Amino acid sequence: MEMVTIKINGSDVLAPKGSTILEAARSAHIEIPTLCYLKGINEIGACRICVVEVKGARSLVAACMYPIDEGMEIRTNTPQVVDARRKTLQLILSDHNRSCLSCVRSGACELQQLCKQYKVEDERFYEGERTEFAIDKTAAHMYRDNSKCILCRRCIAACEQQAIGVIGANDRGFAASVGCAFDMGLGETSCVSCGQCIAVCPTGALSEKDYTNEVNAAIASDKVVVVQVAPAVRAGLGESFGLPIGTDVEGKLAAALRRLGFDKVFDTNFSADLTIMEEATEFLERVKGGGTLPMITSCSPGWVKYCEHYFPDLLEHLSSCKSPQQMFGAIAKSYYAQKLGIKPQDMVVVSVMPCTAKKFEIGRDDQSATGVPDVDIAITTRELARMIEQAGIKFTELPDETFDEPMGLSTGAATIFGVTGGVMEAALRTAVETLTGETLANLDFTDVRGVKGIKEAAYDVAGMKVKVAVASGLANAKELLTKVRNGEADYHFIEIMACPGGCVNGGGQPLQTAGVRNFTDIRAERAKVLYSEDKARPLRKSHENPDIQTLYKEFLGEPGGHKAHELLHTSYVKRKVNASK
Amino acid sequence: MDTKKTIPFSGTKEQEEQLKAAIDERKAEKGALMPILQKAQEIYGYLPIEVQTLISDYMEIPMEKIYGVATFYSQFNLSPKGKYRVSVCLGTACYVKGSGDIYEKLQTLLGIKGGECTPDGKFSLDACRCVGACGLAPVVMVNDDVHGKLTVDDVERIIAQYQ
Repeated sequence: MEMVTIKINGSDVLAPKGSTILEAARSAHIEIPTLCYLKGINEIGACRICVVEVKGARSLVAACMYPIDEGMEIRTNTPQVVDARRKTLQLILSDHNRSCLSCVRSGACELQQLCKQYKVEDERFYEGERTEFAIDKTAAHMYRDNSKCILCRRCIAACEQQAIGVIGANDRGFAASVGCAFDMGLGETSCVSCGQCIAVCPTGALSEKDYTNEVNAAIASDKVVVVQVAPAVRAGLGESFGLPIGTDVEGKLAAALRRLGFDKVFDTNFSADLTIMEEATEFLERVKGGGTLPMITSCSPGWVKYCEHYFPDLLEHLSSCKSPQQMFGAIAKSYYAQKLGIKPQDMVVVSVMPCTAKKFEIGRDDQSATGVPDVDIAITTRELARMIEQAGIKFTELPDETFDEPMGLSTGAATIFGVTGGVMEAALRTAVETLTGETLANLDFTDVRGVKGIKEAAYDVAGMKVKVAVASGLANAKELLTKVRNGEADYHFIEIMACPGGCVNGGGQPLQTAGVRNFTDIRAERAKVLYSEDKARPLRKSHENPDIQTLYKEFLGEPGGHKAHELLHTSYVKRKVNASK
Repeated sequence: MDTKKTIPFSGTKEQEEQLKAAIDERKAEKGALMPILQKAQEIYGYLPIEVQTLISDYMEIPMEKIYGVATFYSQFNLSPKGKYRVSVCLGTACYVKGSGDIYEKLQTLLGIKGGECTPDGKFSLDACRCVGACGLAPVVMVNDDVHGKLTVDDVERIIAQYQ
């Protein structure tokens, strides 16, 4: 790589030729503020908050887009630069709903941080005409409050990156706003609820539907309230309490949930192991019985909804297995409720998920195995952090505790569900051992690991070549599915996760500012947590989970059997891309 | 939403074929959406949700992409034009002479907003910029008829001429 020497604020900096001023400055420990820029997602140089002085340039330049060259002299903090940034902020604030006291993003808002940093304090800039918007509450999982939107277009880019594109910029000039075609509500479109738009929003314009009050009310009621936590939550939650990205907080998470007052603190990992039992069985049945192949995983509700809207002709390929969240609820309200001697109606199942689409999933048809919804309330990692904070629990000081029995024990195979390739790897561990009847020498299927969008591998299993593929991010899923549709792929088994990188990067995870996201691969950092947990677990194969074995022996019978089908499997519906009028 | 569905869509099979042919012709080009939307408007007169849905499904692009373009450029209409197209000049000269009030009055009288069409398809209302008759300010045009030197009180009489 060719390196060039430039001057930033008078000091020499050596940086790769062609990198941007923003990147070069960051390598020299200077953070230039950004608002619209998101590396690899939204590179449009529109908001002008990153402007800097370049010697010889006619005007201030946008650091996020401007490439460096030998001898360039840059100043990032002159009065002219500061003044320009402040004016930009003032203009944004002149049409911004400044209800910061009650805003969900208060304290973590990128706009708020910049206003503080640049001492934007002159009130007269804030008066004048305002655009008026109604809050869009039509989607199952989120709110759009355009009065807090700064038109940075990061959400639009994130939605397009997911190959969905149901939001965009409408109208022009002062009337311009981000929304859906014909001002439809998000819930009326083919939005899949992945929440990647929320994850990239710099302000409080986009937020998950908050159900923390409902959870607290359930805890205060006479009902038995059990909570389950998805694998990826333990890899992200620490960030909400100032811990470094990639900190494993499983023990503290269990401790915090117990202190919040849940009657039982269980683990979705348990039902992830159960999912593998069912899914591996279904896969083997399809292979042996000439069923539809490739079989595609169905754990990610964003992906499932995407398939229903965009590839309804391929629904036969989807595994009929419910997601681990739903399997957990179905077992809690049948098996566990029987153990307690209570009716399913007297139990509330709360799930903590890295995912916003889980809020949509709990309301789907055919997800009420016991006659009541399998899961009652799905909250995101962010909402849990909010509950812990509100309850005054000093998270970082908590001891490490473990999950309760009997739905708290899990294997390493379940833990890696939270990262792209993890479900595939977990399923392979069980499927291969079942097919060969031998113990695997090496449990690490490294070909399906990593943040790459599409991964492929082939394995020789008991004389059969098993071809697998893994995709994360829906644009990658689209690419893979198009091949399947056109008969250009001969895979046997495909894993798809809606969010790029899998659940660790889910739309419900703690938010990281663009300043962090642009220079850290949060997906890879969080994934490391789950892989090291897998490595450290005494049991690493789902079929070796003793509590799962007991569950089948005492209650379910055989994997893929009649009772398992009744409780743990579901069906799908064909949807359209454009709502029919 | 602002643009009410004031008139039921009455597109024909022929129009649909025509539009699909126009799309096929340009589909491969980069930046083909603008000319395709212009063609669609030429065929249907406006770009209602039915037409945008058709384009979205046929081109396999998100409808929002189409809607974003259609609402950005003032050349595109989301509502049909009426038998009588009422245009109120909001250019500087007309505006200082009170055309803003006339525009308001027309919206109340016709029961529609600017850019819309009455349910019977008779009148559509738009604001326009200078029509080059500043000496007659404020000016309202109905199709090709120019009505000048108006006050708010003249509005009902003018509309009545076309009832």
